[in-house]
Amino acid sequence: MKAMLTLDTLLEAFALLLLLSLVLGLLRIWQGPGFADRMLAAQLLGTTGVAMLLLLADPLGLPALRDVALVLALLAVLAVLAFVARVWDPDERPQDDGAGAHDAKPVSPADGVSARPTRQTGRSGEASGRRG
Amino acid sequence: MTLIAVLQGLLIGAGVAFFVVGSIGVLRFPDVYTRIHALTKADNLGLGLVVLGLLPGAESVAAALKLLLVWILALLASACSGYLVARAARRRGIAPWQRAPSARPAEDGR
Repeated sequence: MKAMLTLDTLLEAFALLLLLSLVLGLLRIWQGPGFADRMLAAQLLGTTGVAMLLLLADPLGLPALRDVALVLALLAVLAVLAFVARVWDPDERPQDDGAGAHDAKPVSPADGVSARPTRQTGRSGEASGRRG
Repeated sequence: MTLIAVLQGLLIGAGVAFFVVGSIGVLRFPDVYTRIHALTKADNLGLGLVVLGLLPGAESVAAALKLLLVWILALLASACSGYLVARAARRRGIAPWQRAPSARPAEDGR
């Protein structure tokens, strides 16, 4: 009985230590230079939160916290997947570059240059006809 | 009983130590790629040790299987998200961190 009591207090102390490590992750979110650093720190927050919920399920007498931990693990990865798919969007830029290269063809001014001498020769032919 | 409790305490303490090391790595490492290393490796090892330490205290087989399921889900999630974040960072052209004297010739070589 004493061992169980000390184990429960030990689990709560470990949960407090995990909370302190979460504060370090929050510092990274505050400092982070890019979006990805903040998102990785958010994923760290999710994993540490899962461990805290699993640790606190026994001392608090709430076995439903394990289900909460399952849902939190799933939602953390869904947040990261949505961030990569929607916010960062690495597939968008090559399509824009391809559309820009398709619009600017260097051949069309050459066609305009090649069309002008025929008109000029036509005008010169008319002029020579008028002269003749 | 007390021996099992001591073993549980040791395993969970090692797991919490890995968690602390992982968050220190996320705080201290200089780059996105290195932070992915610190996050996906250290935290999942810590979570696995915590789950192993909690397994003897589970009430039933279903609770123990649920604990193992949480760990497997976290492993799959961190593998997928670490790979996707690293691929997106590489496609955005973020150069991997190198030491200061050798950084600029490598970028010019590419």
